[in-house]
Amino acid sequence: MKIKGAAAICKCLLEQGVDTVFGYPGGQIIDLFDALYLEKGITQYLTSHEQGAAHAAEGYAKSTGRVGVVIATSGPGATNLVTGIADAYLDSVPIVAITGNVPVPLLGRDSFQEVDIAGITMPITKHNFIVKNPDDLCDAIRKAFHIARSDRPGPVLVDVPKNVQQALVEYVKKPVAEPHRPPMQADVTDALRLINESKRPVIYAGGGCIASGASAELAAFAKRLNAPVATTVMGLTAIDTDSPYSAGLIGMHGHASVAALFAKADLVIAVGARFSDRVAGNRTEFCKNAKILHIDIDASEINKNVKSHAHIRGDVKQVLKLLNLEIEQKRDAFMLDLNAELKQKRPLPPCRGALSPRTVIDCVSDAAPDAVIATDVGQHQMWVAQGYRFRKPRSFLTSGGLGTMGFGMGAAIGGALGTGKRAILFTGDGSFHMNLNELATATRYNIPLTVFVFDNRTLGMVRQWQTLFYGKRYSSTDLDGNKTDFVKVAEAFGAKGFKLARNEDAPRVIADALGFDGVAVVDCAILKDEFVLPMIPPGKTMNDIITEIEDKNE
Amino acid sequence: MNNDRHIISALVTNESGVLTRISGLFARRCYNIDSLTTCATEHPEYSRMTIVVRGDENDIKQIVLQLGKLPDCRMTGELSVNRAVLRELLLIKVQADPEKRAEIETVCRTYEAKIVDLSPESMVAELTGKPSKIDGFVEVMKAYNILELSRTGLTAVERGGSVLNSEENKTETV
Repeated sequence: MKIKGAAAICKCLLEQGVDTVFGYPGGQIIDLFDALYLEKGITQYLTSHEQGAAHAAEGYAKSTGRVGVVIATSGPGATNLVTGIADAYLDSVPIVAITGNVPVPLLGRDSFQEVDIAGITMPITKHNFIVKNPDDLCDAIRKAFHIARSDRPGPVLVDVPKNVQQALVEYVKKPVAEPHRPPMQADVTDALRLINESKRPVIYAGGGCIASGASAELAAFAKRLNAPVATTVMGLTAIDTDSPYSAGLIGMHGHASVAALFAKADLVIAVGARFSDRVAGNRTEFCKNAKILHIDIDASEINKNVKSHAHIRGDVKQVLKLLNLEIEQKRDAFMLDLNAELKQKRPLPPCRGALSPRTVIDCVSDAAPDAVIATDVGQHQMWVAQGYRFRKPRSFLTSGGLGTMGFGMGAAIGGALGTGKRAILFTGDGSFHMNLNELATATRYNIPLTVFVFDNRTLGMVRQWQTLFYGKRYSSTDLDGNKTDFVKVAEAFGAKGFKLARNEDAPRVIADALGFDGVAVVDCAILKDEFVLPMIPPGKTMNDIITEIEDKNE
Repeated sequence: MNNDRHIISALVTNESGVLTRISGLFARRCYNIDSLTTCATEHPEYSRMTIVVRGDENDIKQIVLQLGKLPDCRMTGELSVNRAVLRELLLIKVQADPEKRAEIETVCRTYEAKIVDLSPESMVAELTGKPSKIDGFVEVMKAYNILELSRTGLTAVERGGSVLNSEENKTETV
């Protein structure tokens, strides 16, 4: 069957199971949007900005495990996707970005709205395509999906010049290729020996546990080993926060109890985690008295940052399944008892203001057990990562690797649309200012979204570093001059605004905001000098953990 | 830190942009390339890249594994210097005044370099061989005024029957 290239793209999307796309039209992608208009099986969501669309595709993918799709035009449309694509690359999120480009005869001539987006995104995609020949179009789209979801997932970009969208191409429906998984490493004897010899094992779980859907296997593994599980920011939701096996958050702003727990371990089992500098601040000192067993799907992660004593390369879920069969039930529950004791003894340091961000997070956590939680980047993100009680895998959408302020609005929209559940965005006044334009998207589609803005009139995380390491020189972080009234902002966009300033009002205001049918924004006034604690300074070890800051500004 | 030279051989898709992909990977991961050659193979779909890099064993493992993740990279492996045939081509133009000409010709004969161009005041010699041989030749030629010099960089294949071109020996180094 010969159909137009743009229509063939739609057919290929349907073939891949896509029913939702995010995007923004423009001159060189108008044909694809025209084809989408005619295609009843795919719903398109128009955002305010291409960056929002890219983050929405990420939020959709992270919350559902499916491939997120974002579509933009050439030139600025394409470059506006770059941050989202890079974010997806660092957090291994499967998305396919489709961009229009100028017709092939105009390529390379600095034509209007022409950029080499394939060149620009080369280092931040798993792979990308420029489809110059219409005959290659369908297979390029199929391969893009296959690459995005295979092995360690990630973003793929397909650049389609306008004349290729308009050309007639042969379309024949093809079955979807099974995602490729690298074969599991055959020899696991070293790993088994390490596990069997260990007396005090701990598990360090990362985003790979979520990507491979291994929560049940992880819980069973922890049970077999009597080992507590600490998660990275990317690994949050891999284990129920309330589980006795859950230790908490590891890393720069991880729980002090986790740092103390890991100091006692004789074996650290890294599962789908990559020893990033936010976890292993000092690569050579990280848990240096313990043995390290590394399990990861990506062979290049093994020994990249921290040298392991044994490793198993393979899909986390498969590996844990195998280990659960091979290892014996440990009798000694020393580490579990220690975990319980440390959690008691070393709670999160309290906040001090009339409205504590921790109180807001606790209240929301109790009031919305089934919501999808998104964050932007900064102090609020870490407070949520430390304090929110996560119950279900994939219920937390955050920018872990790239640390993208402005990620949250798009991600929350994508998460709500992907799951059909209410999305809750925790953000700061800094991050929210970056992409609050997407409130227009949320209200236009009447998306169930509640936004909590931790409003401290400062760029809090940078301020915290300036307080600690830069002699309180608050260069470009003070937002006191801002006249933004978030309640009015909400109303201007057709959302409902709430104000919250005292802990005692939190339960009532939060219940009202969450109960509002539509988009609500809650302006939560917090102190400028609330700190995210504990903190392990960059490049330092768990021994250097800061749990209180004496020298306050007031 | 160990900074030995290693030779990586990669079979890559013969398409435009692949060289950029590979050299870009080296640049952003901060790997040092000594030389990179690329050429067609017996298979029109693939090109072979021979890359000489410096680093310790771990660096090289990382490079091979990172290359292996590129969909355009069909096969990657390290060639052991002892088990590979390594060759490089040199073209060198030296000033060759009539009184020096005989002397230069003798040097060329000793190194089995071929004289491929002559002009009243210069000559061009061609030499193929192991990099160390090329280095030695260039060193001697420095005695005469070198006008221009061009080396291809290393190309290599492994000795014996084993081949780096089938799906079976796709990167699996950990």
